[in-house]
Amino acid sequence: MSATLASPAPPRAAAARNVLRWVLIGAVLLLALLPVLNRLPLDSALHVSDFVVSVTGKWITYAVLALAIDLAWGYAGILSLGHGAFFALGGYAIGMHLMRLIGPRGVYGHPTLPDFMVFLGYRELPWYWWGFDHFPFALLMALAVPGVLAAVVGFLAFRSRITGVYFSIITQALTYALMLAFFRNDMGFGGNNGFTDFKELLGMPLNTPNARAMLFYASLASLLGAYWLCTRVTRSKLGRVLVAVRDAESRVRFLGYDTTRIKLFVFVLSAVLAGLAGALYVPQVGIINPGEFSPGNSIEAVVWVAVGGRGTLVGAVLGAFSVNALKTWLTSVAPDLWLFALGGLFVAVTLFLPRGLIGLLRRREP
Amino acid sequence: MARLIRAVLLLLALALPAAAQQDAFDAAVSGLAGGFNQQAEAVERLGALGDPRAVPLLRALADGRLLKRPDGGLVPPGEAAPPGAEPVRVNNRVRVALRGALGRLQLVSPDPAERLAAAEAVFRSRDAANAPLLEAALARESLPRIRSQMELSLAASRLVAADKGAKRAAIAALGAAGSTDARALLLEARAANPALAAEIQTAVAAIDRRLSLRRMAETLFQGLSLGSVLLLAALGLAVTFGVMGVINMAHGEMVMLGAYTTFFVQEALRGVPWLLPWSLPLSVPAAFLVAALVGAAIERGLIRHLYGRPLETLLMTFGVGMILQQAVRTLFGAQNREVLSPPWMQGTLTLPGGVSVTQNRLWIIVFGVAVLLAVLAAIRLTRFGLEMRAVVQNRRIAATMGIRTGRVDALTFAFGSGVAGMAGVALSQIDNVSPNLGTGYIIDSFMVVVFGGVGSLAGTLVGAMTLGVVNKVLEPWAGAVLAKVAVLVALMLFIQRRPRGLFALRGRAAEG
Amino acid sequence: MTAPVLYLDGVSVVFDGFRALNSLSLIVEPGELRAVIGPNGAGKTTMMDVITGKTRPIAGEVRFRDHDLTRLDEAAIATLGIGRKFQKPTVFDALTVFENLELALKAPRGPVACLRWALSGEAARRIEAVLDETGLASRSQDRAAILSHGQRQWLEIGMLLMQDPELLLVDEPVAGMTDQETEHTAALLRRIAGGRSVVVVEHDLEFVRALGRRVTVLHEGSVLSEGSIDHVQNDPRVVEVYLGR
Repeated sequence: MSATLASPAPPRAAAARNVLRWVLIGAVLLLALLPVLNRLPLDSALHVSDFVVSVTGKWITYAVLALAIDLAWGYAGILSLGHGAFFALGGYAIGMHLMRLIGPRGVYGHPTLPDFMVFLGYRELPWYWWGFDHFPFALLMALAVPGVLAAVVGFLAFRSRITGVYFSIITQALTYALMLAFFRNDMGFGGNNGFTDFKELLGMPLNTPNARAMLFYASLASLLGAYWLCTRVTRSKLGRVLVAVRDAESRVRFLGYDTTRIKLFVFVLSAVLAGLAGALYVPQVGIINPGEFSPGNSIEAVVWVAVGGRGTLVGAVLGAFSVNALKTWLTSVAPDLWLFALGGLFVAVTLFLPRGLIGLLRRREP
Repeated sequence: MARLIRAVLLLLALALPAAAQQDAFDAAVSGLAGGFNQQAEAVERLGALGDPRAVPLLRALADGRLLKRPDGGLVPPGEAAPPGAEPVRVNNRVRVALRGALGRLQLVSPDPAERLAAAEAVFRSRDAANAPLLEAALARESLPRIRSQMELSLAASRLVAADKGAKRAAIAALGAAGSTDARALLLEARAANPALAAEIQTAVAAIDRRLSLRRMAETLFQGLSLGSVLLLAALGLAVTFGVMGVINMAHGEMVMLGAYTTFFVQEALRGVPWLLPWSLPLSVPAAFLVAALVGAAIERGLIRHLYGRPLETLLMTFGVGMILQQAVRTLFGAQNREVLSPPWMQGTLTLPGGVSVTQNRLWIIVFGVAVLLAVLAAIRLTRFGLEMRAVVQNRRIAATMGIRTGRVDALTFAFGSGVAGMAGVALSQIDNVSPNLGTGYIIDSFMVVVFGGVGSLAGTLVGAMTLGVVNKVLEPWAGAVLAKVAVLVALMLFIQRRPRGLFALRGRAAEG
Repeated sequence: MTAPVLYLDGVSVVFDGFRALNSLSLIVEPGELRAVIGPNGAGKTTMMDVITGKTRPIAGEVRFRDHDLTRLDEAAIATLGIGRKFQKPTVFDALTVFENLELALKAPRGPVACLRWALSGEAARRIEAVLDETGLASRSQDRAAILSHGQRQWLEIGMLLMQDPELLLVDEPVAGMTDQETEHTAALLRRIAGGRSVVVVEHDLEFVRALGRRVTVLHEGSVLSEGSIDHVQNDPRVVEVYLGR
């Protein structure tokens, strides 16, 4: 492909990269095996519980979100503290589809309206719910809505050269405002309670081992796809322009690059990936509510990337898995400690581990 | 027991007036024990007599507490019930008469609150017969607030009187009073008096003008009050972010620590009752110190290692905020703590023109302005402020002139944190004191600082007040949440035109 | 008479009441190498900022051929063919020397074009040529972060060559250089100048003399004197500004 002329890395680093590649392939194969092992008889030594499969499936979607954040932050230097909003919007889009699929099986038995609408006295479906009974439309919206929102916000912000912490604060305010808006009942998105009690997706009843396995594989495939896409971007000249923008944006502008367009492109791409992650997440956890918009969620996802090592795609994925593994473990053993640990992670990683876990593995140039 | 003594004293005091009155009074009282029609007449007569001694009797009758001896005599209220006594029963007609009579009698009650309530009740009754009573009561009344209510009620009574001249005067008086009650009364009278329709219309229009002015004034006040809350929350940030360029996401937690300090000062003073009403002013320096110490520790221990890396500072301080929040939750529990308002901060104040403002909001505005002035003074007038400005403008040169820049950094950060702590004292009055108190304010504070222009205290003031007022003006149309969203969108658009805020620094100084 | 490449007329810039440029006028002909000198705060860097779109003037005309530069942003101006070398060399530390040059190479600059970009043999040859010209061939695969100060300056000049601009703005190219490096830089600049218009801002009068071309002296935001180096050095007003401070 391109840029083969560039960077024939020193032999030791190349060897390390080779080892890492095999570790990754092994990890993916291991992940792919999980739903199969789940089908083994309960008394088998290799049996994997439903819990493990569903939790791992959830982490995979988090890893996609982490890739999205890393692409914008690690490469282009755009630290969004509102990526949780794109994730949640993707989730809401699929959630709307799942709500429509409940049909007359709801508590009120209304043929078209979801329960909460019957409860709130809606007569008919609001216009913005039209079309969500079709899966392809819902999926398209799960990607398009975050993309369009990112395009608008990004255009306004990048055009007026809002960068760095200013951009971070604006995106945080964005997700905060969306959270407040989605908490309202009259928005038509179920208010406080959001969506839940899903029944089926694509003709598959949810909450069966089959559905779990299918969603798991869909997530894994999406993670691989997203990883490939991000690799394609970061290894291209665009990736090098992004790094240049991150380190000295005005210099890039003097080279004739319209950095507004470049940043907008990568920010929208990142938002779409976050939307995809949300769309995969919701059917697996079976619920979406405005809490997903909370600013804390977005910033927590940023820490996954920081812990793994920003500016490296493997790092983002590694961070998503390791921090969430820690969270799952800690919240079950000592729930009160989790927030201390998470806060400590923020401090430790910024002070002592600026290149993350990957930085520990690869000790290259400063 | 006390009530009995008071009743007896009252009876004694009131037993002095003329004997004729006395006879009429006794005759009317005896009627209370008769049949329903007799009772109603007696009640009305007592009401017309205007003798305050009737009040306990009538009240007891209305409550079914008035007892009748087997021989038909009444047991004075408060006395022990003799054997065989039973309550005097009343019917609806008597009840209506009772309500009217009590209302009139209360106009001369010794308790001002009761007189005010009575005047209001007469206003609502719209009965021409009340006019003489009100005139009599007005002659004795000295409290301006009650007088104005009585005058209003008098106008209301005259409005339904037969005399046209009195009606005209009443319409003018009601128009000048400008309350919603007066407006309703006038509209009612318009239907009954087609001849006076034009005058009534003028009076109603005058009231409408006043009411809308008053609403505007009240919205403005609410906006300024929200603005000063934002100002308080943002001032500390204007120091740490605006002056030092440090993004402190734990700023909200500094506010929270200030609020908790206020709570603990209050608890500590519970044993010293005479000091308790002053716990809030005493909390101000305490909150400043606590937050400033924590701030200094954070700056020296953590933040100074990350100077020049704003995004990392942002993430790190967010983590610090989480730890502080969770620490408070673990140590002091997750439940809301209540900080009481001292008596001098309770209640509402009615300004001339009928604009009513709550005292605690008013104090917050005063406090916000005071803190702003204090911060300004600290920066402009003190040696520390001078060193701080020197370090901001040119760190290296300041260092060569012997300023210990590290110490100035720590002090500046401590100062900004301390100001946040003082904000916590104010917020304890209007918000729940809980571990996540600060999270609700941090985003708004950043908006204020960005909107006003980073590094400008004047910008912070104008930014806070503008955002506060705009929020409150939009609220009635859009609801609180959409108003917030609208403000955010407007801010995004505003930044398009002025990326560096209202009070931007320009030129080389701003490039760094 | 050919049309001038760069045409500044009556340009004023104000920062918070301070007039950084005061009705400045300057004309640069095609192929001309012009040196601009002046004391600190004379407005040299502000003039560069105005030409490259970083700062907007409050009055005056700024034209590059037929284009009104006051309406364009930095990227558009750079694409028109104006290259700028900064006082403090700014190269991309995280990228290799080769990648730095590749970014500067004249090519479509949109995000999708960058994503689909593949290095052609022709482009690679151009990069190799510039690597040779700047003497950086041996450091092609090193990250820019580890270059010496002089090498960074040359890399930046190399990037300007890759941009192939019609007009080159060079801000204090020899500040902080050794004598040997200064000589090398002067030679580089003279070689670049062939065919292009170059504006060099410099403090170092010896270096300006070495360039041996027309000199413009700025003072307090406007032109004080213009002509050969000998002419301006003997101009009493220039002497007063430089010595009478």
